[in-house]
Amino acid sequence: MRLESRDSRPLALVILYPVISLFLAGLFCGFLVMLSGASPLSVFGLIAKGAAGSQFALFETLTRATPLIFTGLAAAVAFRAKLWNIGGEAQLYAGAVMTAVLGTGLLPLPSAVLIPLLIVMAMLAGALVLSVPTFLKTRFGVDEVVTTLLLNFIMILFVSMLLEGVLKDPSGMGWPQSKKVISEAVLPRLIEGKRLHFGFVIAVAAAFAVWVIDRKSALGYEMRAVGFNPKAANFAGIPVNRVLAKTALLSGGLAALAGFSEVAGLKGNLTLDLSPGFGYTGIVVAMLALLHPLGVVAAAIFVAAVFVGADAMSRSAGVPSYIAQVMVAASLLSMVTAVMLTRYRLRWR
Amino acid sequence: MEAVEIIFTASLWAAAIRIASPLIFATLGELICERAGVLNLGIEGIMTVGAFSGWLTVYVGGDLWLGVAVAAATGALFGLLHAILVVPLGLSQHVTGIGITLLATSLSYYTYRLVLPEVTSPPKIEPFQSWSVPFLSDIPVIGEALFRQTPLTYLAFACVALVAWFLYRTPMGLAVRTVGENPMAVEAQGIDVNRIRIGAVMAGSALMGVGGSFLTLSAFNSFFFEMINGRGWICIALVVFGSWRPGKALLGAVLFGAFDAYQLRLQQLAGGVVPYQLFLMLPFIMSIIALIVMSRRAAYPRALMVPYRKGER
Amino acid sequence: MPAVLRLSGITKRFGALLANDNISLSLGRGEIVGLLGENGAGKTTLMNILFGHYLADEGSIEVNGKPLAPGSPRDSLLAGIGMVHQHFTLADNLSVLDNIILGTEPFFSLSSDRRAARARIAKLGEDFGLAINPDAVVANLSVGERQRVEILKALYRDAKILILDEPTAVLTPQESTALFDTLRRFAERGLSIIFISHKLGEILAACSRVAVLRSGKLVAERDVAGATRNELAEIMVGRPVAPTKTELQTPGAVVLSLDGLSVRRGTQQLDGISLQLRGGQVIGVAGVSGNGQNLLADVISGLVQPHAGSMSMNGNRLGAVSPASAIANGVARIPEDRHAEGLIGDMSVTENVISEAYRTPRFSRRGLIDWAKARRFATQIIDDYAVKCPGPEAQVRLLSGGNMQKLILGRVMANAPSVVLANQPTRGLDVGAVNYVHEQLLAARRRGAAILLISEDLEELLSLSDEVCVMYRGQMSAPLSRADTTISELGLMMAGHGFEHREARHAS
Repeated sequence: MRLESRDSRPLALVILYPVISLFLAGLFCGFLVMLSGASPLSVFGLIAKGAAGSQFALFETLTRATPLIFTGLAAAVAFRAKLWNIGGEAQLYAGAVMTAVLGTGLLPLPSAVLIPLLIVMAMLAGALVLSVPTFLKTRFGVDEVVTTLLLNFIMILFVSMLLEGVLKDPSGMGWPQSKKVISEAVLPRLIEGKRLHFGFVIAVAAAFAVWVIDRKSALGYEMRAVGFNPKAANFAGIPVNRVLAKTALLSGGLAALAGFSEVAGLKGNLTLDLSPGFGYTGIVVAMLALLHPLGVVAAAIFVAAVFVGADAMSRSAGVPSYIAQVMVAASLLSMVTAVMLTRYRLRWR
Repeated sequence: MEAVEIIFTASLWAAAIRIASPLIFATLGELICERAGVLNLGIEGIMTVGAFSGWLTVYVGGDLWLGVAVAAATGALFGLLHAILVVPLGLSQHVTGIGITLLATSLSYYTYRLVLPEVTSPPKIEPFQSWSVPFLSDIPVIGEALFRQTPLTYLAFACVALVAWFLYRTPMGLAVRTVGENPMAVEAQGIDVNRIRIGAVMAGSALMGVGGSFLTLSAFNSFFFEMINGRGWICIALVVFGSWRPGKALLGAVLFGAFDAYQLRLQQLAGGVVPYQLFLMLPFIMSIIALIVMSRRAAYPRALMVPYRKGER
Repeated sequence: MPAVLRLSGITKRFGALLANDNISLSLGRGEIVGLLGENGAGKTTLMNILFGHYLADEGSIEVNGKPLAPGSPRDSLLAGIGMVHQHFTLADNLSVLDNIILGTEPFFSLSSDRRAARARIAKLGEDFGLAINPDAVVANLSVGERQRVEILKALYRDAKILILDEPTAVLTPQESTALFDTLRRFAERGLSIIFISHKLGEILAACSRVAVLRSGKLVAERDVAGATRNELAEIMVGRPVAPTKTELQTPGAVVLSLDGLSVRRGTQQLDGISLQLRGGQVIGVAGVSGNGQNLLADVISGLVQPHAGSMSMNGNRLGAVSPASAIANGVARIPEDRHAEGLIGDMSVTENVISEAYRTPRFSRRGLIDWAKARRFATQIIDDYAVKCPGPEAQVRLLSGGNMQKLILGRVMANAPSVVLANQPTRGLDVGAVNYVHEQLLAARRRGAAILLISEDLEELLSLSDEVCVMYRGQMSAPLSRADTTISELGLMMAGHGFEHREARHAS
């Protein structure tokens, strides 16, 4: 078996293959659902209903998509430059810690000042966390995949330490959680009485900003050049290490915004279960979006829908909600395969 | 007991070997994959599925060794999936590896919940018991540390020798080493590059599966979520630390185990003065430091992460 | 003479390209047949089909009268076909012994008999005059020694038919002559040899019969005795060949001057290189690959900082170098490897032509790139340099080698550079593209640019350069004027004659 590069990529193929691949991933999950004794069709129906069947469900899905847009953008930006940032989880928590430190009363400022300040500081915290592995990569040649992964574990332990120490809420009845952020730091709800908050708007705006950087700016050009061929980029005079450092700042900052928006927009305080793996899921989101910033928004909503829908389905049909994670992982693998097959043709001999 | 005295106790080293055992299996597994030129970031998930499937086999009435075999087989199965995607199809080894980890982990959890929908505390099984090697276990300190372990630990040590011998002394091992250096050289000798790589990834993944099963069948007696807890990523660091050599990888794993056992004891000694999380962080920080130290002189396989496309120049 | 190998009606298509068109060829026992053709004529494709790397669309192969299973390198090896690839298929970090015995023992055997292998390698080395230390690591061997390992690999497998793909590309002329002697010795012992080359002189020197390929077709097959160079050249190219002519031109002022440059990187080094490049002058650099030419190119390109010595441009001493500073100083750099360094294959033509200038006001303002301007620039290069491509948005990786090189020329020549550094600028190009590159270099010379041409093709060097230097183990000879130097003289210098052996760091 061998692959042959395609000279052209017909649009039909580019659309058809991903669709088929997602269908196959769905088929695989349908088989898993059958193992539980439930009917796949009704389970998928319940998932769809739970994700988009009501106004409540729809808002819930968008709320869940918000952090995924941020972590998805973080992964997309980094992966474009082939900076393998698998540490979205750590950067998310860095942003969340910064929000909890500064937003719980330390800075008594009006909303119009405090929220932008928190955004900047949270982004800085996340950028700093990713800068360490990036520095180790460019200076010592240490593979950033492993270091960013290991940092995730270090960070969560660090957060746990803070929540049982300096950041512990005295009135939290012993739970490891921080105080609530002050009302000036809370992101406004988009619609009264719903959980969907202003963080979603920031996330979509961030996606547009990344898109502009990618298409129009010299930095976006540099990041793509470095990602495709660092040797040629260096030869042409593009400062590869500096570009990677800038990429790290942007990517880490975006992931940190997920932590900021969850604390300031949704949860109100920092807890150890703030993120059920948003950092890792962001990688899937980015890949499903083929690393396109605007595609990230769509992919994040899709993935969020699967999770929200599966939760609702699990409550009513009794199929374990872990089916959502399986579905997302299977979609990732089938999607990257499909994309490969749009670029290459499979030859059996 | 003083902090320094602990280092010389047999119980510390016995614990070190115990902690190292799953890492030895999985590190060897990753080493074989990388020697063949394939980075396997599926390791964390493959260890999870190994831990789960091994446990499940015993839980439903299978023999302990059958559990180990099943763990190896499921590991190899996920290895096969990873290999098909990254070897003949040439997909990004990073992204695919993460995908395999997510898939293997979520499948384990899903199946666990399918089998046991309502339990809150995970059911226990009867794990491997430690087995004292006659005579050898009577040697002071060394005997207690090395020769009163469970059979799986002895198997781990045997695997080090086996893998080293395989890589350096057999024709197939030579092919594996060459394919990670220059696949063209293998192709030019009429050997199928893809087959060697797929085989190596499957064998390596089987070892990762066994490493995972050590946790459920030997170290603990049940399966719970998040039980691999980054051990897979640490093994990837250990491969670099061991310069892609089985013997050095063993040394790294045992050192790591000793360090981990030591920090556990230090933690008790510190008695809550120092936050326990700091101690728990140490293994991860150590891994990063080891990577920095070793990366300067790492002679990694030249074709690592480079997909080979037949007939492409 | 009985035919040991017979190719009949071989046809191979790559997409729209007809790489081999109904080719039939036979090889007798003890015969050396030259396979002559330009780059891209289909020689390597044909041999890869014979060796089983590629699968022919039509046609069949017989070895000793028995049909050969298509598409299986294993079967080709078992049938006694051995191939010495142009790009060596060796694992650099393994020993010579490991490289040679790979794949020769039963695959599932639980041990390997290294003692027997060692003895056999020693015996082969003795028999054929190819001695080598079996425990040496390949990475530490010279190119010539690596080629010896490749040939030993084939002999170790009892090859009766030996295919050598451009074997002299990395050798000095004297080493090439020695190789021809070795090949004749092989032929006397009954081996049959196919010698692939695009160099006429070598075909005439080494072979008894020659087959000429052009655009995938076998256009001629004849005995070498009686054939002349010009005749073969015309058959190969398909039209009369006019050699590139250079006019006399008085050199101008010194533009770039290198003064005692020294640097070390891996096994390569520069050892006190001094050189002055004048405007309107071409200086050629000859040398066996790996003697520091690439390091010299990298220093001038700004990729590597010299440890000692200095560079000055127009009399001004340069400080720390970088690719950006080299570009700013007006150095046009044509890199050795178009794919790895010159261009970014996954990006468009437009994106590639601005890569050295995207930060200048010409293409960007306040960090935003003016893509309309960039596209106009790309279109202009496509027109001016006759680049064959669908348009400025086409992906570069889909372009042919010649068109890639034209893009690079367009990019670097845009600002009328004062220095042109061309490292192997015509490697792998067909004759048309080679002539085009030569013309562009000579046009830059006419404009008054100083040109440094690094090449392993001595004929190219001698036809373009005003003066030629030879590099050997990081040292550089004094410039020799073209008028009073010969290929064999250069060859001796490439082998180290005339260089003082200051140190014996190289074990090889």
